[in-house]
Amino acid sequence: MSVRHAMLALLSEGSSYGLHLREEFEARTGDVWPLNVGQVYTTLQRLERDGLVASEGDEDGPGAQKMFRITQDGARELDTWLRTPPDLSSPPRDELVMKVLIALRVPGASVSEVIQAHRRYLVELMQQWTRIKEDADPADLSLGLAVDAELFRLDAVVRWLDAADARIKRVTADAAPADTPAAATTPAPPHTSVIESLPRMPLTTNRKVRTRR
Amino acid sequence: MRNHPPLVELRAVSKTYGQGHAEVHALHDVSLVADTGEMVAVMGPSGSGKSTLLTIAGTLEDPTSGQVLIGGQSLASMPRSAKARLRRQTIGYVFQDFNLLPGLTAAENVSLPLELDGMSARKARVAALRALDGLGLENRAGHFPDQLSGGERQRVAIARATVGQRKLVLADEPSGALDSVNGEAVMRLLHSACKNNAMTAIVVTHDAQLASWADRIIFIRDGRITDQTIPAVGPESLLTVEPEK
Repeated sequence: MSVRHAMLALLSEGSSYGLHLREEFEARTGDVWPLNVGQVYTTLQRLERDGLVASEGDEDGPGAQKMFRITQDGARELDTWLRTPPDLSSPPRDELVMKVLIALRVPGASVSEVIQAHRRYLVELMQQWTRIKEDADPADLSLGLAVDAELFRLDAVVRWLDAADARIKRVTADAAPADTPAAATTPAPPHTSVIESLPRMPLTTNRKVRTRR
Repeated sequence: MRNHPPLVELRAVSKTYGQGHAEVHALHDVSLVADTGEMVAVMGPSGSGKSTLLTIAGTLEDPTSGQVLIGGQSLASMPRSAKARLRRQTIGYVFQDFNLLPGLTAAENVSLPLELDGMSARKARVAALRALDGLGLENRAGHFPDQLSGGERQRVAIARATVGQRKLVLADEPSGALDSVNGEAVMRLLHSACKNNAMTAIVVTHDAQLASWADRIIFIRDGRITDQTIPAVGPESLLTVEPEK
């Protein structure tokens, strides 16, 4: 997440002090993304260096604070940023995906159990976020939207696990001998034989991948 | 130690449909307990047996083996008439496609089960209006189902399932036909009914966001319960992460 552009957005509403910007940032994001003071001031100094904000007042002396305001260049930068989609074109190196892919290859590993362990963890996290939403003031849009974003993100991972589980089960059923009709309806056995029957999947890729966050 | 028996208990329940080559084992040795005030979600893929589990817990079907107890009372030894009374008085059902009667108004849909159970039409209507009022539908009481939005129809169905002295709500994909905001509203209402009216709800869904409204989530696969969530320490832990350096 861009703290730099969040600062510009807050300053677009009017001039402000660094400490106030930090409080506003945390309030607007439902306290989900706390910031430290040092990060705020470092960001403001860089914005000022780049001509995107300007300051008045002097930090020297006890209790003195700088008042920051957005410049015309800063307003243009903010507008461009809001309209620019984040780069989602390259897949992140997702540890969970790697673990499931690796489980397919490890002799004796139960892929369905690996998937379920991750699914349960994710759903428990979702329960915690939902409790936050349930207890929140419905008028607190910032918190509601931030929690929704987290719930949708986790939900997408659970859906991927569900799809992976179903796909593996289907391939397993197709690979089962014809004289075991119950194979499709009984729980999958330890997956040693299943793994051997699956197509060999590449665990590395030459494609350039970005590291998440 | 429990002071009261759980509201719903399934003990080693199995359900088999068909015979011979056509035999399908829908449930295998399923044991499940849901306490008063608890909302339990059952998650699993299509064909995993979750809807069968719901119909058996709701006394709409008998298990092939095992026991179902409602309020500590076994259904196996219960005469058919007593079972029907239990269904009318104690259990409410919510379905994905609402199942409202199209020729009746919202208030009439809600009051009907009370009247069928012997309550006077006047008292049933008062109870129905109160239930609708509690779900924010006071201005929709005289509307027919086709005059209501999907979200409103499902709220009417929830009012019908929770009206009177019902203790147990069984919901099968109650938000399946709704968008995420209306789906959330339905789950919020069901959870609130559990907490505020000491009801128990068992909700079947494949949707993790909706299941996350439950106090406990049970995972079912190939007719067997494979796992369940562990109650969280507290949601506040998510909001005390270290600031970014």
